Amino acid sequence: MQTDALTGGFADAPIDAAHAFRRIMQVMAQPGRIETVTGGTPPAPLSQAGGIVLLTLCDPETPVFLAPSRDTKAVRDWITFHTGAPFCGPEEASFAVGTWEELNGLPFPIGTAEYPDRSTTLIVECDRLSQDGATLRGPGIKDTATLSLPERAAFQANAKLFPLGLDHIFTAGDQVAALPRTTKVS
Amino acid sequence: MSDYNFAYLDEQTKRMIRRAILKGLAIPGYQVPFASREMPMPYGWGTGGVQVSAAVLTPDDTFKVIDQGADDTTNAVSIRRFFEKTAGVAVTEATAEASVIQTRHRIPEEVLRADQILVYQVPIPEPLRFLEPSEVETRKMHSLEEYGLMHVKLYEDISQHGAIATSYAYPVKVEGRYVMDPSPIPKFDNPKLEMAAIQLFGAGREQRIYAVPPYAKVVSLDFEDFPFEASKADHACDLCGAEDSYLDELIVDDAGGRLFMCSDTDYCSTRRKAGHVGAQGVPLGEDAA
Repeated sequence: MQTDALTGGFADAPIDAAHAFRRIMQVMAQPGRIETVTGGTPPAPLSQAGGIVLLTLCDPETPVFLAPSRDTKAVRDWITFHTGAPFCGPEEASFAVGTWEELNGLPFPIGTAEYPDRSTTLIVECDRLSQDGATLRGPGIKDTATLSLPERAAFQANAKLFPLGLDHIFTAGDQVAALPRTTKVS
Repeated sequence: MSDYNFAYLDEQTKRMIRRAILKGLAIPGYQVPFASREMPMPYGWGTGGVQVSAAVLTPDDTFKVIDQGADDTTNAVSIRRFFEKTAGVAVTEATAEASVIQTRHRIPEEVLRADQILVYQVPIPEPLRFLEPSEVETRKMHSLEEYGLMHVKLYEDISQHGAIATSYAYPVKVEGRYVMDPSPIPKFDNPKLEMAAIQLFGAGREQRIYAVPPYAKVVSLDFEDFPFEASKADHACDLCGAEDSYLDELIVDDAGGRLFMCSDTDYCSTRRKAGHVGAQGVPLGEDAA
């Protein structure tokens, strides 16, 4: 393990995690909203926001799937040291990190009829996030919202699975946005 | 600060609760199981709400707790002090100043904003529990969207009483999918469940967390010929004169004297400070209280 892995975590874990979670919760509750998160600096190629989402939500109880572009020794060591989360294939993942091209279509669990919560949350690393592009409707949105999504068809298909389906957290730099399974994309 | 971790719970517990909250927001009305912890208060005193509050609070928050609308009951005061001590958050009794509001059995009268969070204490999260005691069965009923039994219960109300007699914990359907127990709020509050704020529900003993995102569709179950009605005592508040607020009825003497007053104490006192006086009220400052 390189010593780089030991740095870049939350300086004050309870406080930093509380602030980060609050932002993540707000974007999940209001699809289309973009927030910035601070407090952690993961090794490249993991984005700052992607790393902070992992620090906030992952621990030894949540298997993480790393897509090839994020599956480097530095990233693995950093996640292991700071969260203790085990690594796994897509079929067992609680969280998955990667670009949309890598994650789309992989066999992630979408939950079961009796436990729709047993599904993967995808942390989709993007180049940029902005409030333009696809139109969003659904819970958390007053009328409509817009968000720069990597595509539309896959998210439309995902919403049709409701109450099953995947939830998405988009990350770019220090920004986060989210798209839960309930959002209708057009 | 105290010698407790921020907001009392350890970090791994908070992460587990936070993951459940995100799933709850992603599947509105679905009860997410979580590993509820023992809290330094008995079950029934809001252990679920306290755990949810502990997971969402940040040091910048201003926290308000109400019990049946009142800020000054034992339960509300002890929970408010608990987070004052363990999280170092500012506390308030004013609805407009609070960023996180924990509530037992009421929704504040004042309309909540998008930057506020309402945390409910829930005793029995399963709306079908009194109709079907088996968790295996109720889980199957939710998965199959089999809610006929609930309509039978409401129908039996009508056949026995001539109207839907359920007056609190009135079942709602969220986003056209899950039937949800809004916790034992009076049905007067049901229309307010469609709001701009994030609503989180925590049931400690029953180990369930669920949520309603802002502006989500929340429909109270009813029949075409017996539509849902948000009812309240047909009276105005005797202290502040409000005609639009939910009222508590108090017996005030041995001769059967009665008084109706707002259950939301902040709403009532704000109105009285603004100069509103009800039928039995005196202008604020002149009474003994």
